[in-house]
Amino acid sequence: MKGRVWGSRGSIASPGPDRKRYGGNTSCIELRPPGCDVVILDAGTGIRELGVRLVREGAERMFLLLTHLHVDHLEGLGMFEPIWREQTELHIWGPASPVASLEQRIAKYFSPPLFPVHLSEVPATIEYHDASESEWQIDGARFYSNAIIHPGPTVGYRIESRGRSLAYLTDHEPALGADLDRDPSAWISGFAIAHGADLLVHDCQYTPQEYAHRLGFGHSSTEHVARFARATEVDRLLLSHHDPMHSDDQIDAMRDDVVARWGVDGDRCTAAAEGSEIVV
Amino acid sequence: MERVPEQRNLVLILARAFAAQLATAVFLLDPEGTIIYYNEAGERLTGRPFIEGAGSTLEDWMMRRRPRDEEGHELPIQELPLGKTMLKREPAHGIIRFQTEDGVDRRIETASFPLFAHTEDFVGTISIVWPIEEDRP
Repeated sequence: MKGRVWGSRGSIASPGPDRKRYGGNTSCIELRPPGCDVVILDAGTGIRELGVRLVREGAERMFLLLTHLHVDHLEGLGMFEPIWREQTELHIWGPASPVASLEQRIAKYFSPPLFPVHLSEVPATIEYHDASESEWQIDGARFYSNAIIHPGPTVGYRIESRGRSLAYLTDHEPALGADLDRDPSAWISGFAIAHGADLLVHDCQYTPQEYAHRLGFGHSSTEHVARFARATEVDRLLLSHHDPMHSDDQIDAMRDDVVARWGVDGDRCTAAAEGSEIVV
Repeated sequence: MERVPEQRNLVLILARAFAAQLATAVFLLDPEGTIIYYNEAGERLTGRPFIEGAGSTLEDWMMRRRPRDEEGHELPIQELPLGKTMLKREPAHGIIRFQTEDGVDRRIETASFPLFAHTEDFVGTISIVWPIEEDRP
């Protein structure tokens, strides 16, 4: 599988001169499993530029996997050019809720006064799919989802194709629910999704010092992501959901901290940079 | 993901994390009635470390501890608050007596609730147990 990072910033888009290397767009990753139409992970502001590319390519069928509906993972959808074209067939997966459908919850953001147009006015054909604890197949790719620890309904995804796997847990605080070094794996949030993945894309928003003041916010520290990677025995790690207050240099230092804590060769751990390629 | 070990539902993971921080005894059962967790206060109440009680069922526990009502009548599983919740998937409350592993006769008040995940799937039962009278901490 190949892909590209279109946005790796967490919480709010935050461009600036000290963050040119990692970028300021919020979460969005493009993935191209062989023999499958384009898969898009989250609809943060990074999806805008991806949309331009997809229109240029003439792509008509696409799959969007939303981890949850916090604004930084949804706010790019209105500016995603393919939805404004009648010929587009967009399938959206997202976590289920007992109180409203996925479409109804997306429409909350996609309507005045937060957005000038109603979701129902979008010309593309959109189909919605619940993905709280699911497994499905599209063409040559297999998809799994599972609920994970983050405030509100949130899921992680695993995509497998031709024996390779990518796990996507971009907003995740597993340390809130378990001791990542000692508890049985069944009690660790996200374990089944991440276990043995060739590439794990994981939340790494805080330093341990910052985390001490952000307990329960739904994100991980460098310490937690290193322990989670060790527990789940993943091959490579792509750190994501960079804190909007962090500069490129701070993100470099956090990546080095993860490598040291995980105790692996440095080439197994990278911080997600906007525009960088993914190969699984 | 056949090669991946069992994964507990997130609601159970969070319930366990919550219970682990409480000084009140909390018991967690899966939908089949297997005791999947109790906290340190639960260990103190039952006189049995969780490591020894893990994997046993509510029926096993009843066979060993023979819970009784206030008049001393043995309670069938459907009359036990935890059993009612497990079988009917509805909240239940009651006062019962039972004998702990170390032979202490305990009188407890218990409230049980069914746990439903976001998809409204029944994923287990949580029971909060309070020792009363002389046993109150």
